[in-house]
Amino acid sequence: MLAKTPPIPSGTPQPDAEPASAGRPASLARRALRNGAVRLGGSTLVMLVFMAMAAPWLGTIDPTAIDPASGNLLPGARGEFNSLAGQTFQHLFLMGSDSLGRDIWSRVVYGARVSITVGIAVAALALAGGIIVGLAAGYFRRLDGVLMRVMDGLMAIPGILFAITLVAAWRASVATIVIAIAIPEIPRVARLLRSVVLTIREEPYVEAAIALDTPPLKVLTRHILPNAIAPLIVQGTYICASAILVEAILSFLGVGMPADIPTWGNIMAEGRIQFTQFPHNVLVPGVFLALTVLAVNILGDGLRDTLDPKFSKRGA
Amino acid sequence: MLRRSFVHLAGIALVALGAASTASAQGSANVLRIVPQTDLKILDPIWTTAFVTRDHGYMVYDTLFGVDITGMPQAQMVDKYTSSADAKVWNFTLRKGLAFHDGKPVTSADVIASLGRWGKRDSLGQRMFGIMDKIEAVGDNGFRMTFKQSFGPVLEALAKPSGSPAFIMPKRVADTPADKQIEDYTGSGPYVFKKEEFRPGEKVVYLKNAAYVPRVESPSGTAGGKRVYVDRVEWIILKDAQTQANAIINGEVDMLSWMPPEHYATLRTNPKLQTVSPTFAGSYYLHLNHHIPPFDNPKIAKAAVMAVNQEALMRGQMVFRDLYRTCTSIYPCESPLASNKTSYFTGKPQFEEARKLLKEAGYDGTPIVLMHPADFTLLNKLPPVMAQLLKQAGFNVDMQSMDWPTLLMRRTKKDAADKGGWNAFITGWGGSDTLNPLFFAPLTGNGEKGWFGWNKDDKLEELKSAFTASTDAAARKRLAEEIQVRALETGLFAPLGETNNLSVVRRDVVSGVLLAPVNVFWNIKKK
Amino acid sequence: MLFFLLRRIAATVPVLVVVALIVFLMLRLAPGDPAAAILGDNASSAAIQSVRTQLGLENSIPVQFFQWSARLLSGDLGESYFLKQSVAGLIAQRVEPTLSLAALTLVFTVLIAVPLGVLAAWRHGGWLDRALMGFSVLGFSIPAFVIGYVLIWAVSLKLGWLPVQGYARLEEGLLPWLRHLILPAITLSIIYVALIARVTRAAVAEALTEDYVRTARAKGISEAGVLMRHALVNAAVPIVTVIGIGIALLIGGVVVTETVFAIPGLGQLTVDAVLSRDYPLIQAITLFFSFIYVLINLLVDLSYLLLDPRIRY
Repeated sequence: MLAKTPPIPSGTPQPDAEPASAGRPASLARRALRNGAVRLGGSTLVMLVFMAMAAPWLGTIDPTAIDPASGNLLPGARGEFNSLAGQTFQHLFLMGSDSLGRDIWSRVVYGARVSITVGIAVAALALAGGIIVGLAAGYFRRLDGVLMRVMDGLMAIPGILFAITLVAAWRASVATIVIAIAIPEIPRVARLLRSVVLTIREEPYVEAAIALDTPPLKVLTRHILPNAIAPLIVQGTYICASAILVEAILSFLGVGMPADIPTWGNIMAEGRIQFTQFPHNVLVPGVFLALTVLAVNILGDGLRDTLDPKFSKRGA
Repeated sequence: MLRRSFVHLAGIALVALGAASTASAQGSANVLRIVPQTDLKILDPIWTTAFVTRDHGYMVYDTLFGVDITGMPQAQMVDKYTSSADAKVWNFTLRKGLAFHDGKPVTSADVIASLGRWGKRDSLGQRMFGIMDKIEAVGDNGFRMTFKQSFGPVLEALAKPSGSPAFIMPKRVADTPADKQIEDYTGSGPYVFKKEEFRPGEKVVYLKNAAYVPRVESPSGTAGGKRVYVDRVEWIILKDAQTQANAIINGEVDMLSWMPPEHYATLRTNPKLQTVSPTFAGSYYLHLNHHIPPFDNPKIAKAAVMAVNQEALMRGQMVFRDLYRTCTSIYPCESPLASNKTSYFTGKPQFEEARKLLKEAGYDGTPIVLMHPADFTLLNKLPPVMAQLLKQAGFNVDMQSMDWPTLLMRRTKKDAADKGGWNAFITGWGGSDTLNPLFFAPLTGNGEKGWFGWNKDDKLEELKSAFTASTDAAARKRLAEEIQVRALETGLFAPLGETNNLSVVRRDVVSGVLLAPVNVFWNIKKK
Repeated sequence: MLFFLLRRIAATVPVLVVVALIVFLMLRLAPGDPAAAILGDNASSAAIQSVRTQLGLENSIPVQFFQWSARLLSGDLGESYFLKQSVAGLIAQRVEPTLSLAALTLVFTVLIAVPLGVLAAWRHGGWLDRALMGFSVLGFSIPAFVIGYVLIWAVSLKLGWLPVQGYARLEEGLLPWLRHLILPAITLSIIYVALIARVTRAAVAEALTEDYVRTARAKGISEAGVLMRHALVNAAVPIVTVIGIGIALLIGGVVVTETVFAIPGLGQLTVDAVLSRDYPLIQAITLFFSFIYVLINLLVDLSYLLLDPRIRY
């Protein structure tokens, strides 16, 4: 908001002054993969994604199938499942069942699909939006003032409030929720991009390019964006982690995904009414949620440490 | 070592804090803290038939007649009454000493205005006022009803707790148009509603009405002497079943008006608590909207009724066998009018036949908007099960979650489902509500003037008129059966099963919970 | 100085305007007719029309925004669709619990996070540092409501030390007020502590590499003195900044925590309002919280004057 801001750890990068070259991405990637946090977080994430994709083959049944007679079974129970459609079969309830008899393990595994998809979609949308706004603000002086005011205004509205208000105004659906969670994340990405643009613009080779009438798009993509990729990736992973959590919170509050889509948040929302009697309803998806978010956060920390060493001294 | 003693000290400190504060809190007035069945947002029991509003109504208002444990109407605000031999002229005189909470006496003008407003909303009231020639005051203390034809069930209508009870309000309040909610909550009942302390979503406060003169008889149902033994009643709004259970186990509230069924096992066996049965068995119904497509087509409505699986629905909602049973009659299974003449309806799903019917009727796949009250612990498990059953029967279902007060507002809308309207919802009724065709509000066929769903069925209305006019028990039973068959054949609604709604109280602290057709809160003592 | 103050305050105005615009548009563009929502059933089309004119719904969007803002500035936040009370009145009723919870959380957070961060920075790279930072990432990752339920189960039900739900107004005594708020405040602080501890650690670690610290040590000042009087003070600016930015997190967390502990504050009011689509209420609460956020960040910016003598405007 001020022209002179004190040194704050807002994630503002001090990117390398060299222009992007073909060798850098490969060596960066190699360096990243050698980092312990990246390995830990990354491998956990890969396993979770694999679990989500392999859902039908992991001992699961239809996650929405109801059988009240098999309700509230404890983890490890074996029972007969009588679906409402009239089919009967034997089933091992690995993580128990909820009050309507739905298999928690199946719901958790299929729920992983929703949570991970939401996380990635939100990150992608927020990055895209932020890149556009940030580039525009940094490059076109006239738009800067207006755009940054709008971004400040957006940042002033607490993200969860924005999300629940938007979902209240429009009906809850996967698309609405992704948009609702993504929009409050745009300002931070925009600021990031904008500061990259502002720094890079001063470089002599960029000034030269502009003087030579290079179209703005080319300048942006050839000179500016490559310098922003690293912090963007880091920011993206944090947004992904936060989005997965926010989706769970929205479902918990009752303004998330429609109740017939199994998401970790929905499972916990339905399980909370009997937490003291059957804690597995909340704890099982809770552990998966925490694990996933933790993995993404650790991955983000590792990427941040490797992609720009100057980051490791700064905080969140 | 240091850490352990720190934890010890912290624990002792917190317990000491606790003891100190609880001691100070108990010293003051006798406060009964009850958790009502759901949040109270609508305070006008004539405008809505929601049970929680009706419970509020019985706290704050009084009725001309009450209904005792055996189901007989008994005079409450009325002192003496007579009816002519042909049941066309009815005279009433009010008891002496009846006064509203602002001190003004209850006069016949207040009674007439209140009945008039009630008669515009309540289905039996509509019927009564439709046959009524005139209602007039006889002095300040009496009034007379004159009917065009003989109308037998006058006392039953004035006494009934089902639908909207005929609560008596001051004339100035009762003059509010029937389609607007009242804003003044003065009544003449055993409790006074404290508007200044009302915090919506948090708590509702009632004080003992010191000026209330109870009848001398002992209390029975909603009749008899309504004596209050506590100074203050607070309705603590807790929407989450787990929080309700935690709160009463921890002694932070004294009574759960409707026990959340999930916690039956823990609450029943907890030595500090006691389950009591405050009302007769109730039942659940699936209600359909016959005003808009697709349920304006009786075949499609019937297909929906065929999808019902009573055992699965009841088990999903009530969890424990003690708490429910299936019943295919639209009347309570132990009641005189119950009958197993239910045509095709068996309470077990018939998906093939339903699909055939849908094809015949030309169902085009319009999604059924099924409203889901996510916060109402005694209703929120039924819609997900029903949605799956409907899908199996070939319907497209759009189950929309909302809170109960929103559902109550939304069900009043006659718009198309995608414009804020609805196609189906599930609700529960008390045993007294479904006893006979006259009391059962949703059993209507008079279109837009009827209960939500606005079913248009002249034949049904004819049968109801015949039932009202008939005095022969055997004829009544036969007519009731015909009405049942007609309702099921046209897919008016679907009975889902019966339940026992229990209350939970703190053992040895709370006593005196009355058995009545509805939840009543007088007569309760707290140590 | 005064000029700077005025300029700084003036700079918040465009932000508030943007917030108002966003909040207004979000709900005005929602489907559904507010007039019908207010009037309820059986409303004749004439009645709906008159309410629409009354609410100014017939005017164009910019005009509506103007009228709405004008009403806002005069203090009229409108009336709730369902609760038949003025929105301002409802917010006033619910402010105390939320403010109490937020304040207590802030106190807990600062008391826990800052020392933790300083410790971690002092033992930079050691096992304590890694452990603390590991816990802080964990704090970011576990949803608050899971923590809340586990705490209720352990502390309230099993140990019986604290109540499971509710809020006691300050006027009923300090002890009940505190007892009802301890668990919710702990639940809410966890994520805030995680954030503040990380930033404190980073800022103090950086300050410890500066020359003035070497000088202080050379002068013989104790480690504690170095940490407190030199490193921490110079790290104050980023710490205070992130406290300000973290208010948004806090507000989001309040909504969840109040739901778990049945605290009748603004958070629960928000959830109720959203579930019942009570638009005037939703708008007013969002505006209120955003206003608080802008205010707190304004105070944070102003505090730089005290904390960092290098900053002069």
